[in-house]
Formats: sequence, C-alpha cells, structure tokens
Amino acid sequence: MRHETIEKSLNLMMVLIVVAISIGGLVEIIPLMFSADATEPAENIEPYSPLRLAGRDVYVREGCYSCHSQMIRPFRSETERYGPFTTAGETVYDRPFQFGSKRTGPDLARVGGRYSDDWHRLHLIDPRALAPESNMPGYPWLADNVIDPELITAKLNALQLLGDPYTDEQIAAAAAAVEGRSEMDAVIAYLQELGTNRRHRR
Amino acid sequence: MVVVWGIVGMLVGVVIAAQLIWPQLNFDLPILSYGRLRPLHTNAVIFAFGGSALFATAYYVVQRTCHVRLAFDKLAAFTFWGWQLIIVLAAITLPLGITQSKEYAELEWPIDLLIAVVWVAFAVVFFGTIAKRRIKHIYVANWFYGAFIITVAVLHIFNNLAIPVSLTKSYVIYTGVVDAMMQWWYGHNAVGFFLTAGFLGMMYYFVPKQAGRPVYSYRLSVVHFWSLIAVYMWAGPHHLHYTSLPDWAQTLGMVFSIILLAPSWGGMINGIMTLSGAWHKLRSDPILKFMIVALSFYGMSTFEGPMMSIKTVNALSHYTNWTIGHVHAGALGWVAMMTIGSLYSLLPRLYNRDGMHSTKLIDVHFWTSTIGVVLYAVPMWIAGVTEGLMWRAVNDDGTLTYSFVESLKAVEPYHFIRLLGGLLFFAGMIIMAYNVWKTVSDKKPVPVAVLDPA
Repeated sequence: MRHETIEKSLNLMMVLIVVAISIGGLVEIIPLMFSADATEPAENIEPYSPLRLAGRDVYVREGCYSCHSQMIRPFRSETERYGPFTTAGETVYDRPFQFGSKRTGPDLARVGGRYSDDWHRLHLIDPRALAPESNMPGYPWLADNVIDPELITAKLNALQLLGDPYTDEQIAAAAAAVEGRSEMDAVIAYLQELGTNRRHRR
Repeated sequence: MVVVWGIVGMLVGVVIAAQLIWPQLNFDLPILSYGRLRPLHTNAVIFAFGGSALFATAYYVVQRTCHVRLAFDKLAAFTFWGWQLIIVLAAITLPLGITQSKEYAELEWPIDLLIAVVWVAFAVVFFGTIAKRRIKHIYVANWFYGAFIITVAVLHIFNNLAIPVSLTKSYVIYTGVVDAMMQWWYGHNAVGFFLTAGFLGMMYYFVPKQAGRPVYSYRLSVVHFWSLIAVYMWAGPHHLHYTSLPDWAQTLGMVFSIILLAPSWGGMINGIMTLSGAWHKLRSDPILKFMIVALSFYGMSTFEGPMMSIKTVNALSHYTNWTIGHVHAGALGWVAMMTIGSLYSLLPRLYNRDGMHSTKLIDVHFWTSTIGVVLYAVPMWIAGVTEGLMWRAVNDDGTLTYSFVESLKAVEPYHFIRLLGGLLFFAGMIIMAYNVWKTVSDKKPVPVAVLDPA
C-alpha cells in the first residue's frame, strides 16, 4: 500500500495509529497480569493492617517515594547495604507500588526494625537532630494529625472489592485499631514492618 | 482564509498561561515539603507549560495546514478553559498531598475524569478540523499531533483505573509489579508522546516555516513516524531494570529502547537537514538557533536514553542524578527550546506584527538558556556517576567503602551548580515574557494576506 493512501484518509490513519501503539503494551502487560510470579504473595506477606495501611497512605501523601526507593536490586553492593533483594511477591498488596525512581535518601525496602520507634519519631520531626548531614525535610505535623477511623473502614472495603483478602471481621475491627492514633504512629508502624518478612536471609 | 480571530484570544491565553507557569521550573530545591512540590514541578512543566504549548500550536498548525477554521469553536474554547481548570486544580491539590503517587499521573480521580473529558474534546476538535480539510494530504505535523492525542488518551485512561475511597483518595486496580509495569508503560510514553511526538509535530511545522525550506525528506518522515510510535510503546520497562519485574519484560524494554535510537535520530536528521541551503540564516535569526539547538539536544538525549537503558549502564545510573540530568537535557534542551523557538515564530504572525519586539533580546534569551541547560545537565551527569560508583564501591574485605550520606555530601557542589543553571534558564524565560509583552502591546499591526491553497 502506498503511503499516499494513508495520508489522504483520516480514518485509515487513526486506525493504523491505534494498531501501532497497542501491540507493545498488550505484549508486555497482559501476560504479567496472569503470571503467578507477579501476582502471588510471597511467604509471610499479608495485606496491610489498618494502622500500617494508614501509615502507608501518609507515606504516599508526603511523597516519600520522591527520594526513597523500596526496591533492593540483586547486586552485592545493594544486598550488603540494604538486605536481601526485593521480590515481586513482596509487593502484591502495594497499591500503588513504591519502587521509586531516585535515591536522594537510602532505600527503605527493609528499613523495618533497623531503628527504634523513638529514633523514627525524632528523625521524622527533625532529621538533622539525628543525622546532621541529611537534607531530608522535617515532618512535625504528623504527630498532631489523627487518623480518621471512618476513612480506614472505607479504604479496607475498597481494597476488599479489589480482591485483597481482608475478612469482614478484620474490616469491622479496623476503626477501633486506629482510634486515637496519630499519623506519626501510623507511619512508624508502616516503616517498622517494611521488609521484615525475610530480613535475616541473604 | 485561515486565521480565525475567534481563536486568537484563546491562543494568547494559552501562551500566557504557559509563561506564567514556567517559573515552576526551579522548584527543584531541597525545601521543606519537597515531596509534595516535586510532583507539582513535574506536572506544571509537563502538562501546564508543555501541554498549553501543544494545545496552542496543534490548533494553529492544524488550521494552517488544512486551510480551514477550527471545527467546533466552542468546544475548542472549552478545552482551553478545561485545561486551565485542571492546571489550577493540580496546583491546589498536589501541595495538599492529594496524590496517587504515580509519577506524572499523581492527580486524583476527579481530576483524572476531567482530563479525560477535556482530552476527548481536544481529539474531536483536532480530528474534526482535519476531516473538513481543503488539502487532500494530511501534513506530517498532523500525523505526530494526531498520534500524540490518541495515545495520551489511551495511556491516561488505562494507567489511572482506580476505585475511589473518598473524593481525594483512591486505590489503583493494579498491584506491585503489574502496577509498576503499567505506570512505566504510561510514564515512558508520557515522554514518548507528550514530550516527543507532540513536539515533533511542532518541529515539522515551525522549523520548515522559519527556515523557509521544505522538510528534508518525505520518505524519512514516513519511516520514522511509524517506527517511532510503534517502538516507543515497548520501552517502558527500562525504568524497572533489575527490579522484581520479570526478566523477559526488562529485556524487551531494553531491546526496544535501543532500537528507538533509529527513529529518534530520523526525526533529528530530518529537522536539522531541513536547514540545508539555509544555514546562513543561523547568523541572523536567533529563533532558528533555538530550533537547531533543540534538535541537537533531542539527538543527544535520544542517544543517551538508549544508552542508559542498557542494563549494565542502568545498574550504575538508576536511582542517581544522572537520570535527572538526562530528563532535563530533554525537557529544557529539546522541549522548552523547541517551544520557545516556535512561540517566537508564532506570536508575530498571530498578532500581525512583522517580527518580535526585539531580536537582540531573543539572542540574549538564546544564550542564557543554552548556558543554563549545560550548567544543569553537566553537573548532574558528574553527580550521577559519582553516586553510582560510591554506592557500589567495596573494600578488599568485601565491606562497603562509603556510607549513604557520604555520597550525598559528595554531590552537594553539583546540586549548587545545577541550581545556577536552572536560575539562568528561568531568567531567560523572564526576558521572553518581557519581549512577548512588548510585541503584543506594540500598536502597529501589519496587514497580512493569507494565501489560498494552490
């Protein structure tokens, strides 16, 4: 077919553009959705508890991913610095994923248990009090904000709808679990369990 | 009769909006709520500055090259106001922390719906105008604008599928690596179509126009158009090298990213060679200088991109400032410079002036921007390689040589030089704003006859 035919027909051109742009995505994305490697949870991986989920949403809201990755690549220099490399099965309850694109600060995929809760609290309020050379912003407002118990129920319902295996009992108990807790408590709960499912294995 | 006066007001609004929003550029500072401002910066430069420029030039170019007035004037005005509303909503919600956290798709679901509506209206106006064209052939610039409009619609809709929890929070339907793949299929093609195909459309109209020469090779434009749009869609996984995305997907991403060099350079060559026989104009026309430097940066970034997508190189460059340098060489060097050149070329025509208020100021702007980009990109490359090497350095006994914070200290001087580069580029935009203001407020319109198609 001569190209002249295409450039004289708007409809033909639009159809061919749609065909040309569709193939790549179809080939790369669809098989992934049906691949057990990409969608089955790894050992010890459970859906986020209500408090951790609230903390994760604060992490997302503050844009922590702008500077911190959660993806330990399979290089010795990375496993030495951060712990065992990240597997797909560890991220199956992550909506959205938090791999990150840039490390202005260190990777956090296995930061859980590395520091005490008090260390995190002080560090989040004033990072330079504990790490003088850090350029991380402070997040003092997290200590003052309280988690909304009603919202957490709505969140769990939405996640259950999307297929995350929360039981109805878990959802019923969710509001009570976060009642009166601050966003600071939630973020620390989230951070303290990050990657702890297999941190002692190489 | 081509130029539609009813549309002029809208075009001006878009142009001014683009310039007002430009200062977002130097938000790349370590300030308190960096995590919230960074998405604002990326959204402002890509969608507000770049997007407004694309709307304005697409509407202008499609009318000139089809020799008809825009189809559906009111709908076109709606896309203008709709897009400006989206920008304002983004500027409000992102600093409030209302975000999906997917890069360049941070906006929450109500705004996403609005974007989809405005985008469909954009497509209706654009393709509606082509449908009633008075020229048989659809001009090459419109192929690129058309592909950009269709593809961005597809990308936007599929990447943002989510279940709302409240007005300001939703959860995406994808999880983990599937979500990551989806996001970078979208994210890389936000670059590939929004910032490449759309701007190539701009290039294919304004470079030949400004040079007074026909496009260098028709055959090349056909080949590189189809290969560019088909291959770009495969390149996303190179953002996920060595992550837990399955290897086969990473490898596909790498292979297609390397292939992408060819169609990209096809566009660069076609643009630069359009100047054959008109090279002497570079001496007197700073607008052409903008365009040629833009094409040069395009060529350079599209060489750098495939190189960085090689897994071995990526192992070093990923997560470092090298990526930031690469993005800005493309965003400032290619996207912004092509926009600036096109606007300088477009404005006098829209306002029936015989040229911009001051050619000398365009020249000053050109040098300020060029030095600005270089001062931005070079320190970021050095910083990136430094970080990459420090992170992987090990002692003889197998322990790590440097702590993380040592790598942060090491790149501090480069962060500073980068800031200077950013400030220079920003200063150039201020010069441009002044020049545009003087041109538009100057009261000496020159009547122009618009030729009928031959």
